[in-house]
Amino acid sequence: MKIELQVNGETRVVEASPIARLLDVLREEIHLTGTKEGCGEGECGACTILIDGEPVNSCLVPVAQVQGCELTTIEGLAASCGYAEAGATPLQTAIVEWGGTQCGICTPGIAVCAQALLRDEPAPSRARIREALAGNLCRCTGYQLIVDAVAAAAEGGQS
Amino acid sequence: MSDEIERSVDPPNAGTWNVVGKPRRRVDGRAKVTGQTKFADDLVLPNMLFCRLLRSPFPFARIKSIETTKAEGMPGVKLVLTGKDTPVTYGILPVSQDEHPLAQELVRHVGDPVAAVIATCEEEAQAACEAIEVDYEVLTTISTAEQAITTPEPQLHAYAQEGNVHKRVALQFGDVDEALENSAHVFEDVFFYEGNTHLPIEQHASLAEVDKDGNLTIWSSTQTPHYLHRAIARALEFEPHRIRVIATPNGGGFGGKSDPFNHELVVCKAALVLGRPIKITLNREEVFYCHRGRHPVQMKFRTGVDADGKITAMDLETLLDGGAYGSYGVASTFYTGALQTVTYKIPRYRFRGCRAFTNKPACGPKRGHGTVQPRFGQEIQLDKIAVALNKSPVDLRLNMLVEPDSLTANFLTVGTIALKECIEKVVTGSGFRERWGNLPEGRGLGLACSSYICGAGLPIYWNKLPHSGVQLRLDRMGSVTAFCGATEIGQGSDDVLALLVAEVLGLDPQDIHLRTGATDITPVDLGSYSSRVTLMMGHAAIEAAQRARALIAEAVALKLEVPKGRLVFAGRRVFDSQDPEVGMTFREAVVEGETLHGTLGTTGSYRPPRSPARFRGGGVGPSPAYSYSATVVEVEVDPDTGWIAVDKIWIAHDIGRSLNPTLVRGQVEGSVYMGLGEALMEESIFRRLPGKLSPALVHKFPSMLEYKSPTSLDMPEIVTYLIEEPDPKGPFGAKEVGQGPLLPIMPGVANAVYDAVGVRVDENPITPEKILKALEAKRKGKEPRYGPKSFPEIPWEDPFCVSPPWEGGDGTADNAPQRKRAATKEVYR
Repeated sequence: MKIELQVNGETRVVEASPIARLLDVLREEIHLTGTKEGCGEGECGACTILIDGEPVNSCLVPVAQVQGCELTTIEGLAASCGYAEAGATPLQTAIVEWGGTQCGICTPGIAVCAQALLRDEPAPSRARIREALAGNLCRCTGYQLIVDAVAAAAEGGQS
Repeated sequence: MSDEIERSVDPPNAGTWNVVGKPRRRVDGRAKVTGQTKFADDLVLPNMLFCRLLRSPFPFARIKSIETTKAEGMPGVKLVLTGKDTPVTYGILPVSQDEHPLAQELVRHVGDPVAAVIATCEEEAQAACEAIEVDYEVLTTISTAEQAITTPEPQLHAYAQEGNVHKRVALQFGDVDEALENSAHVFEDVFFYEGNTHLPIEQHASLAEVDKDGNLTIWSSTQTPHYLHRAIARALEFEPHRIRVIATPNGGGFGGKSDPFNHELVVCKAALVLGRPIKITLNREEVFYCHRGRHPVQMKFRTGVDADGKITAMDLETLLDGGAYGSYGVASTFYTGALQTVTYKIPRYRFRGCRAFTNKPACGPKRGHGTVQPRFGQEIQLDKIAVALNKSPVDLRLNMLVEPDSLTANFLTVGTIALKECIEKVVTGSGFRERWGNLPEGRGLGLACSSYICGAGLPIYWNKLPHSGVQLRLDRMGSVTAFCGATEIGQGSDDVLALLVAEVLGLDPQDIHLRTGATDITPVDLGSYSSRVTLMMGHAAIEAAQRARALIAEAVALKLEVPKGRLVFAGRRVFDSQDPEVGMTFREAVVEGETLHGTLGTTGSYRPPRSPARFRGGGVGPSPAYSYSATVVEVEVDPDTGWIAVDKIWIAHDIGRSLNPTLVRGQVEGSVYMGLGEALMEESIFRRLPGKLSPALVHKFPSMLEYKSPTSLDMPEIVTYLIEEPDPKGPFGAKEVGQGPLLPIMPGVANAVYDAVGVRVDENPITPEKILKALEAKRKGKEPRYGPKSFPEIPWEDPFCVSPPWEGGDGTADNAPQRKRAATKEVYR
């Protein structure tokens, strides 16, 4: 069936089964490959996108469910936060500066998830940051440099 | 060749560094954080088809027949391949070419591929896979190494040394029995280290294409494009010069993408047959079947010490559960015995190792390859020795560290060793001397140390060629492009390449264009394994850049009428060190160079120094340099439940020189994390379903939901110390960091558990159940310990006997028959 989606501020019409995974529609139909698949069962968080601002594992969402929702993927994250020109939010920049990305496969999901945290809680504690990112597995960093980066990008954080 | 170039740990520019040692954002960081990095599964080609594999549901079976007619007629299906289409073997080591792209007569583990379907979409390919009818004759399953060594039939591989024993090795350095007999104390301990897996977040993916001239290209998430290139040429009997392998950035590797894989060969074969691009992306369950993870290893250490606790001799036996294929297994086996000697002085040493075939996915190299398991045993045993002799675990170790610039009993050449400084840092930082043994019940500290190679001294296959090559191209636009076969797997390979070239040429690393891991345009680099990239590619990069610098300097010196020795390359300029105003931009300097010399291009290459180890089996362990690590782990253990929490970890790493401290710290912390996952929860375990359901030996956890790995909430605070003592064998003094810091974590946790509640867990992972069982044993007055009771009887061959250097040895075996010389060349290389 024809499905109309609002992705990164654009209207996209795709032909897809209503139960197709949102992750597949984003990657294969709309060619937004920044969203990654790591497990396909909602465990690793690599496919995290924002649905109406909330971080969700897009591998668990049937595409029909998000018609009329505002979807934000890593490709649209900076613009959605008012950093279209810079191409990256201060949080994304901090992740690079602090060494919070290594292989980079989990990084889009983590950036999306952490950005949502900072929107809702501009000055989270380190414990709160760890809690917010508990659904995003990273096999490279040991998380500490990611937490450092989010803390640095938070209000009052050192940059 | 690189051997002629003088190597220096000093800056090439007037005594100061341009970029080395400065914490920097990695060159590929922005693309990763914005989602622009293209991993293999992100690639799309016009007219592309999709591949799915039909995998064996049985752990061991004979294929009686395969019926594909129905599948071939299904919607969208373009091609069905079976074993008859892929009859030639392949494998990473020349001595174990025991895999086929698709199974021939036998399937050897659940998940072994039997057939492939190519269709217009994945769903159609999957549906057709399910329509293939395979008639299997189920065979008796070999499930453990212990069972394998006593069960020769049915045999997994006819080429095995004996029955289901893949390989037994035995080496002896000096009269160990005599030394043990004359030791003040002999400690005998057995340990078990359960297998676990890499769990890279990226699932393996490959895309193959045949161009208009019939040449084959594969883009793949591989750590070793050169070895994959060789495997494709062999297994598909295709001319190697018509193949190009492009390693896409790996979304995590950790050793799990170092073998050539069946799915890679299958998509190449299908592309050659159909002439269309073919893509495959494995799902998470299939990644578990690729495996090549940590070998489960049983170990027995017999260690003699003198009255002071100094080691007099060590006798080590290991038994590895190899799974269904050879993989790197022969090297893994030698690695379980290779590096004991480079940390503490061991005057006499015997190592005997055995690898067995079992009906499980093949084990292989995971971060710390083969050295992790015996390090677990060795460091726990040292802790036991310290306690038994009433000595501090700190002083016991400090008292017997290997000397710098020395040879070990097994002829490994140790250069710099900053382990003393590492130990002192973590001991001071954690307050170990005051707190160890004095904390309240339930809280404890554990100390452990380790060392690791900075690149394997020998390649996988025998040759005298460079291990790494770098080419530089410079042109009048001021652009510099570095070409190298090295592979970015997240460790920072690209960043090291860019930063070293930038250092020598006075540029910013972001200025350097990189073309890496593409076997048609990049000089061969053997791949991202054995912690070899920084050292080996680093030397090649510096050499190529020094040559480019010399060409440019010659031209600039003529133009400025300044002696070329006075020229400095810094800040994107080339200028006179005595009058910095006299100079030109880098771009202008390249124009001068191109004017004088013509088109500018340089190369650099690196080959490790020859090892003094001349005995059979001495090919595993030699390295240009060794890194060292020390850790103190603080734990809290609930004596009622065995629940364990790691509160803090202090880790110090002997890095030689830290080229980019941001990335070095990331590698240290990432290693600590992966080690802690192994210590506390990660394990690849298998179970038999009830006979009535199926005789299958199945993966208990082929899913991320069930295979537990630490989350951000599970990770404690890590305090990292980088110890810099530049090593003359490293590029500007740098040593490895990607693997070494993982090694001490597991024994550090085990030793901390002992300090906390007085029980030994001699088996990894160290779970609450095991701690609780040990606590129960302690309460009942039994040995306060959980772990294996014994080590299996293995009919070892007489060892090759090599006299240690201090007993007049020259690195050759005293009892090696001449005829073995030819064989040496094929083994382990």
